[in-house]
Amino acid sequence: MLQKANFLDDIIAAISTPLGSGGIGIVRMSGAGCIELADQLFQGRKPLTEKATHTISYGKITDGKDGEVIDEVLVSVMKAPHTYTKEDIVEINCHGGFLVTQRVLQAVLQAGARMAEPGEFTKRGFLNGRIDLTQAEAVIDLIQSKTELSRQAAVNQLEGRLKTAVRQMRNTLIDMIASIEAVIDYPDYDIEEETYSSMEAGAEKILAEMEQLLAGADRGKILREGLQTVIVGKPNVGKSSLLNWFLEEDRAIVTDIPGTTRDTVEEYINIDGIPVKIVDTAGIRETGDIVEKMGVEKSKAYAEQADLILMMLDASRPLEEEDREILSFIREKHSIVLLNKSDLEQVLSLEELSQFVPKEQILFVSVKENTGFDALIDAIKTMFFSGQTATAEDALLGNTRHKNALYQAKEAMEHCLVTIRTRMPEDFISMDLQDASRALGEITGDVADEEIIDRIFTKFCLGK
Amino acid sequence: MYEAETIDVAVIGGGHAGCEAALAAARLGMKTVMFAISLDSIAMMPCNPSIGGSSKGHLVREIDALGGEMGRNIDKTYIQTKMLNTGKGPAVYSLRAQADKTRYHEEMKHTLEKTENLKIKQAEISEILMEDGHVSGVVTTAGAVFRCRAAVLCMGTYMKSRCLSGDHIVESGPNNLMPATKLSQNLLDMGIRLFRFKTGTPARMNRNSLDFSKMEPQYGDRDIVPFSFENTPEGIAREQELCWLTYTNEKTHEVIRKNLHRSPLFGGLIEGTGPRYCPSIEDKVVRFADKERHQLFVEPEGENTEEMYIQGMSSSLPEDVQIEMYRTIPGLEHCEITRFAYAIEYDCIDATQLKLSLEFKDFHGLFSAGQFNGSSGYEEAAAQGLMGGINAARYIQGKEPVVLRRSDGYIGVLIDDLISKGSKEPYRMMTSRAEFRLLLRQDNADQRLTPLGYEIGLISQERYDSLLEKERRTAEEIQRVREMTVAPSEEVLALLEQYHSSLIKTGVKLADLVKRPELDYEKLAPIDRERPVLPPAVREQVNIQIKYEGYIQQQLKQVEQFQKLENRRLPEDIDYETIQGLRLEARQKLNAIRPESLGHASRITGVSPADISVLLIYMEQHKRGR
Repeated sequence: MLQKANFLDDIIAAISTPLGSGGIGIVRMSGAGCIELADQLFQGRKPLTEKATHTISYGKITDGKDGEVIDEVLVSVMKAPHTYTKEDIVEINCHGGFLVTQRVLQAVLQAGARMAEPGEFTKRGFLNGRIDLTQAEAVIDLIQSKTELSRQAAVNQLEGRLKTAVRQMRNTLIDMIASIEAVIDYPDYDIEEETYSSMEAGAEKILAEMEQLLAGADRGKILREGLQTVIVGKPNVGKSSLLNWFLEEDRAIVTDIPGTTRDTVEEYINIDGIPVKIVDTAGIRETGDIVEKMGVEKSKAYAEQADLILMMLDASRPLEEEDREILSFIREKHSIVLLNKSDLEQVLSLEELSQFVPKEQILFVSVKENTGFDALIDAIKTMFFSGQTATAEDALLGNTRHKNALYQAKEAMEHCLVTIRTRMPEDFISMDLQDASRALGEITGDVADEEIIDRIFTKFCLGK
Repeated sequence: MYEAETIDVAVIGGGHAGCEAALAAARLGMKTVMFAISLDSIAMMPCNPSIGGSSKGHLVREIDALGGEMGRNIDKTYIQTKMLNTGKGPAVYSLRAQADKTRYHEEMKHTLEKTENLKIKQAEISEILMEDGHVSGVVTTAGAVFRCRAAVLCMGTYMKSRCLSGDHIVESGPNNLMPATKLSQNLLDMGIRLFRFKTGTPARMNRNSLDFSKMEPQYGDRDIVPFSFENTPEGIAREQELCWLTYTNEKTHEVIRKNLHRSPLFGGLIEGTGPRYCPSIEDKVVRFADKERHQLFVEPEGENTEEMYIQGMSSSLPEDVQIEMYRTIPGLEHCEITRFAYAIEYDCIDATQLKLSLEFKDFHGLFSAGQFNGSSGYEEAAAQGLMGGINAARYIQGKEPVVLRRSDGYIGVLIDDLISKGSKEPYRMMTSRAEFRLLLRQDNADQRLTPLGYEIGLISQERYDSLLEKERRTAEEIQRVREMTVAPSEEVLALLEQYHSSLIKTGVKLADLVKRPELDYEKLAPIDRERPVLPPAVREQVNIQIKYEGYIQQQLKQVEQFQKLENRRLPEDIDYETIQGLRLEARQKLNAIRPESLGHASRITGVSPADISVLLIYMEQHKRGR
């Protein structure tokens, strides 16, 4: 069962440095047992538990499970009570850039820490008597601002979509639970029971939806995996010039990490903290000609996968059928249209173009003159981070609780599938489903119990 | 007015709550009087003739484990018994027994009469006397004053009740008994908030007018399980009665539909809120219009009567419509109705005025239990009655109240729900309300609660010792099964094959085989030569605890999380209006309900996670004396 508040004896973790501010990122943990937890991931000369307080140790951080080394690190160990939170604190100083820092954070979370809520380190400091009482109101403000933020987030289109999707999933779950519970609570009644195979299919469907949602709907993913960006447009409009500009403009490639596909090395470009990953970079660079001829179909295929589509158009030529086809396709996606060659006489009809894309997403650039790119960066930031420079806190803030809840729901559903496949009795299935629905309820703010009972009596005709 | 007697505890009402309350208080050494309007209606079952059922069976086992009476009483008077849901998981196995209503009443009354410290009196109470916010006595309508230090309200559905069938309205309690008309006003004058609830019951018919050849017989179990942990199957074995199953049909529904306007429910005559889970047949026909038939169970009301109870067809339609409607049903074509179905509405309290001990927040020594708290069902009532009686006694003895948590038992869930949510309709126990139900099984109610019952003083040394013995033998056997290795011998492989279980190539632990879905502890007996002879209850524990270990561990972890919030007590005198940072809705709800712990607060609708954090900080400030 999920709780409405977390208690002081679990371990919280967060990235405590803003992203994009140089190579070093710090993952901070607080709470009894965090030194032991860090030891599970740490390879050094001596275990951290044997280190004196307020010392720094050199070593390697692995991702726990298979022991793959993530980064070389310096780890600070600070023991209670002389710390910021008056609890044990471990700080892992990573050197591999923000992606690596994100991976370290993930490893720490997987090992049992919980993502800190906004202001939680401060809150603990207060609750443990570290911070003066006069700061109490400030702490309350911090906590309240979280509610405020989530309210704002709900207005946000992305979040709104998340909630709608979560509600639908939860609704399906409650239907499934009610079907099982009705039979349990009214064993004598001739209620049609769901078969294991139909329950399995139902559970699989919801799990897939959860996975999709987790994969797509959260900005944390952008920071972790990069903003998947695809550059589309007809041949010779300047796509490779744009790419080169990205690469040359002293936007150092932050890191090379093996991608999900085995043989490719993907590159990330740092735009004020947002890791941008240009799809098929290698293709554009190395086989420029061929990729410049990338057809409409291929553009669509790439665009389908992307978080962001940058469409290049030649301002000095009118719109052609091919352009319209791509434009109508990208209409539903996060996209920015770049009018290149804005130094030449403009022939392209802005009026027609704005039928496809809102005006604020149309930018004039000139690759040749090197103008308009700052506006592009601002537009990307506005689109994904509401204009703010991305920091780890900012990006994960609004939805930390949601994401955690969704992960919990997903785990419950995975467990549920095991329960179904091993043919455990129905009430075990219901218990897993209820765990999942409670977790989703944390996102939508609903409490399950009464709803399940409501549903039982709405769906089935029971009683004396 | 005259001074009648000075006692410790007055129990008002002699239904299922009242009986448990009175017995518990008296057994804990309190001079107790139980008042009932009619002593012939003690422990009466005005509705279905059965005890237990899904989740209600759990309640009865828990009552028994704590030292209550309901389990023993039904074991003495059952006429059919069944373990329900055996095809489902062990958490939802539920015991249900058909009762001989008259004997159930007689046995309970006799037990009360024989109990030391306990008197039963036929009287209606009209007033609660208070001194400085403390209960000081109760007064009967005849003017007798009983001085006491605690009172338990167990008035059930009798308060200003009226019964309806069509436009025929009688000011009466259930089953034509006298209603209690005076006490409601007294409670209102004290400032207690009342609700108006509604429920109903179906008709009773003479068995000889029914044609059972058109119905399906429903048998009891051959291997029976007693409700009380004190009893053995052999000790209570008996010949069982039959129940019968039949169905409504399109004709029945037609009769109902064309007479809907004559139903007080649809005609607006009833103002009370009806429960969703006891819908009348007219409700069912309207809400589930596309359902072609509804099930009806025809159940005997007892052995020395020909009256049968028609489960599934409660109604508030007028008598002539009832006759027409029941006679459309196969087997009921010539039915002779002995008692017509009716709806009843009654006063009850808004239970959010109570503490988890069932004492009123604003009145010391005044407790309330049972259907009067807005619940429904005999078992729910008895469970509250038991806790109310225990806590009334402890109040007088100056002891801390006994409060069961949601993780301790269904009783804990029941009372916590009633008190934090404030039911808007009669509250029925359901297994889905218990979030830790895998731990709160009916089979382990004794392990969960009997040590507490012993500590309270309602469980004998002998019974406690036998529990310890059961636990010791269970633990020993579990260890043996965990440690024992099974080799892939021919005999073992043959057994695995028999149950279509995948074959083993090397030695495995016996416990791992028990965990396989297609196997269990009993099925493995033939290959387990060293197995000691153990009683069924121990074998059951061994099987469940090994087989579902992973799931049980998971719930135990959830309970641990849950306890953290429960352990943070909120001071009783907090003024939530003055707490900075709480949202308005939360302030109002918290001030009205005044939760006892942070966990309790977190279950109140309208209190958000942020509010809980604010409370946490407030408590910290409070502790440091700012």
